[in-house]
Amino acid sequence: MAPKTKINAEDGKQELLITREFDLPLELLFKAYIEPEIVEQWMGNKVLKLENKKHGSYQFETQDAQGNVLFRANGVIHEFVPNRKITRTFEIEHSPFPVQLEFLEFKKLTDNTSKLNMHIVFRSVAYRDQMLQLPFVYGINMAHNRLQEAANNLT
Amino acid sequence: MNLRRDVFQAIADPTRRAILLLVASQSMTAGAIASNFDTARPTVSKHLQILTECELLEQEQNGREIYYHLNPQKIKAIADFIEPFRKLWDDRFNTLETIMKNYQSDKQE
Repeated sequence: MAPKTKINAEDGKQELLITREFDLPLELLFKAYIEPEIVEQWMGNKVLKLENKKHGSYQFETQDAQGNVLFRANGVIHEFVPNRKITRTFEIEHSPFPVQLEFLEFKKLTDNTSKLNMHIVFRSVAYRDQMLQLPFVYGINMAHNRLQEAANNLT
Repeated sequence: MNLRRDVFQAIADPTRRAILLLVASQSMTAGAIASNFDTARPTVSKHLQILTECELLEQEQNGREIYYHLNPQKIKAIADFIEPFRKLWDDRFNTLETIMKNYQSDKQE
């Protein structure tokens, strides 16, 4: 099966494009972005605030089992056109990453299918590449930690 | 762990990326590679050294000459570095799709 989510990150550009086609009517896809309890389910974050309007803002958070904040992100919504587009900023709090700009476009393909284009603009090429590498580096660290654990168990 | 970081430093340089492209089709000697660039020969040697150290290039002795060729395994590792990021979003979107399909059928009942 061909991967449904595509990432286009051109060499030397400070932007990236994420595209995905859904087996969902456009209205349902858009709903998944504006209903806090639904956002929480698929993003895996707690939604502290989500104001779906021009000049509104939002804040997401992830806590561990002990209630420590592991991740918190926020942003401001610049454009909000139901079932069409959301333009917003995104910033991970207390991280070296500067704010990024996100253009989300929702399109109807058929009555039961839809498409999302997510165009993200970063402050620099270096920051984009770092952001792209995060899950990769995290994966490497995970593998490294498991190795370390295995090694500790041996001694 | 330093090794992995070095690979990305290695491909961050445009000359080194050009060298990788050059030897992608055939094994070449340092001299043949250098003749493709305006940069001084020692500079090219330095680039070759870095690429060899992080295992992107492999050396092969052929008589008195040393030939450089690509290490496909290592190249594959770079080609795939974006994959975990794509996978992250793919997983999220798959969850979104499943949730909304259930949401839809709940509404219809």
